[in-house]
Amino acid sequence: MSEHTNNSNEDSVISVRAMDIITAILFLAVGLTVMVGSLKLGASWGSDGPEAGYFPFYISLIIMLSSTVTLYQAAIVNKNKKTESFVDRESFKQVMAVLLPAIVFVLGVQLIGIYVSSVFYIAIFMVWLGKYPIWKAIAVSVGVSVALYLMFEFWFQVPLPHGSWFNPLEFVGVN
Amino acid sequence: MEEISALFNGFAVAMTPFNLLLMLVGVTLGVIIGVLPGLGGANGIAILLPLTFTMPPTSAIIMLSCIYWGALFGGAITSILFNIPGEPWSVATTFDGYPMARNGKAGEALTTAFTSSFVGAFFAIVMITFLAPLVAKFALQFGPPEFFSVYLLTFCSFVGMNKGSPFKTISAMMLGFALATVGMDTVTGQLRLTFGNPELMRGFDFLIAVIGLFGIGEILLSMEEGLAFQGAAAKIRGKVVWETWKQLPKYWATSLRSCLIGCWMGITPGGATPASFMAYGVAKRVSKEGDKFGTGKMEGIVAPETAAHAAGTAALLPMLSLGIPGSPTAAVLLGGLLIWGLQPGPLLFVEKPDFVWGLIASMYLGNLAGLFVVLTCVPLFASILRIPFSIIAPVIIVICAVGAYTVHNATFDVWLMLGFGVLGYVFKKLDYPMAPMVLALVLGDRAEDSFRQSMLISQGSLDVFFSNYLVAGISSVAMLLLFWPLIGKLIGKKKAAAA
Repeated sequence: MSEHTNNSNEDSVISVRAMDIITAILFLAVGLTVMVGSLKLGASWGSDGPEAGYFPFYISLIIMLSSTVTLYQAAIVNKNKKTESFVDRESFKQVMAVLLPAIVFVLGVQLIGIYVSSVFYIAIFMVWLGKYPIWKAIAVSVGVSVALYLMFEFWFQVPLPHGSWFNPLEFVGVN
Repeated sequence: MEEISALFNGFAVAMTPFNLLLMLVGVTLGVIIGVLPGLGGANGIAILLPLTFTMPPTSAIIMLSCIYWGALFGGAITSILFNIPGEPWSVATTFDGYPMARNGKAGEALTTAFTSSFVGAFFAIVMITFLAPLVAKFALQFGPPEFFSVYLLTFCSFVGMNKGSPFKTISAMMLGFALATVGMDTVTGQLRLTFGNPELMRGFDFLIAVIGLFGIGEILLSMEEGLAFQGAAAKIRGKVVWETWKQLPKYWATSLRSCLIGCWMGITPGGATPASFMAYGVAKRVSKEGDKFGTGKMEGIVAPETAAHAAGTAALLPMLSLGIPGSPTAAVLLGGLLIWGLQPGPLLFVEKPDFVWGLIASMYLGNLAGLFVVLTCVPLFASILRIPFSIIAPVIIVICAVGAYTVHNATFDVWLMLGFGVLGYVFKKLDYPMAPMVLALVLGDRAEDSFRQSMLISQGSLDVFFSNYLVAGISSVAMLLLFWPLIGKLIGKKKAAAA
């Protein structure tokens, strides 16, 4: 996309070309993994027709072929694209500001359940990035959690995670 | 006309008070989803799918398809008022819609967009009503080789129609197929590619992929652009609607052309986004005022909106009649059918006529409801966009996490969703297309089954895909599309050499 193109080399975190090469290599690795897996299952013709690894084997073959071409194009044909920036430092910071807390949030969902994690996640996000007063942040985040509880567990009776390690809401009857 | 009487039965099914209520709820939710960044038709429906597990299937699909109509309408609001396309298919609407709003004609622009959307959808629904049963009847004769060749055609047309690198399209698609094979093999019962990890035994659910790729990925992208919303004021008065409607019939030719482009692109999995661009481009070339496009011409809104809606609606035709979705959102709806225990495909018309015709009837009603809701509630929806991103972003991530968890009640899936989100972000920036990957993930098992059955018939020879006129014809078109990037290049070179 042209709006992401940034030709000033200084604040670029990584170039498009490097990302292309890395992605193609990862694709090759996936292809190889699938190939090994399907060969283990048996990728040929069994007594009752094609074996379980028959179809995935060819899929892996195509992945490896097409990503080899992509790798070749990125590494050799597009040498001049070295300068095109994949993401600049400022944008990268913004993306990480969402992604890293999201990882902590998912860990929280697993350990202490979704309700308390959501309250912390939304509130901290609002105070830290949105510069909201704390009372506003707490009002919104608690509101969202309560709404989730009512909608899913109460009305539609779809259970949400309560925490595999510790359920902080046990004392208010959320089991 | 048996279709007409079947359709009236469908209206009888769809017009219960409960279903009508669900329609309104669905459309309203859909518009909100369409307006919000990070939530779109595909992942919005994926997140809400688990809530419908307990509903009767007909009511469930009516609500979910209405969310889809709502999302199609909603995309136009943000494009016109804020110059931010809420959905990829409304990018072309910003070209003339936003300038019109800047010129103080926001009401006219919105009315034009909504009305055109409605016309496009209506055209496509009429087509579905009459064409889908025929296609289904025809497809009843299909055997495994025919089905596989149709799958092949679907996937090859992604390669042929995508503007980016064909190798990237193939890689992304094959990744989808590879992920689809993980888990229990449906034929032999063996566990495949789980490498001893019990969490992988469930396989990769495409709903998780959709929520991650389109939801989390989109949030990461919007974050990077540092969204600052600056919108034009929105209010639609009855008089403006009436005045606009009086002008619209002038553009009947543009409208009809866009309907046809949209239907074609929707049935073949080109999708709504390229359809809207193509219709805009054609209108610009054909119109007398073509050089004024981009400055706020009504015709420049009519063309893309009509085509996008026609395409979005027509994508349901192959989903209903063949069990092959034409777009990621149609794929999610297909996933819903499977979960409710319905087997999508040509037999659906024979076995569950109430369901199919109820759905088709609800398309008419849902789009009418959608038009009414968006025309009356625009200020409300526009105000959603004024909520700052620092509140919307975490709330949407929480909603996505809930959606991912509820598919299988597994926290591992929430991690997967995050992984798919990062993948979506990288794919988007490197021009790897996501739609073929999602469709491959949905259709992987079924495509593989039909391939294996064909191989059994032919004892391992690929000749079976060219064994009669029908299957050979479909396979040949598929091959043509697969090699189209190459053929197109050769033709281009020849032309350049001749000139």
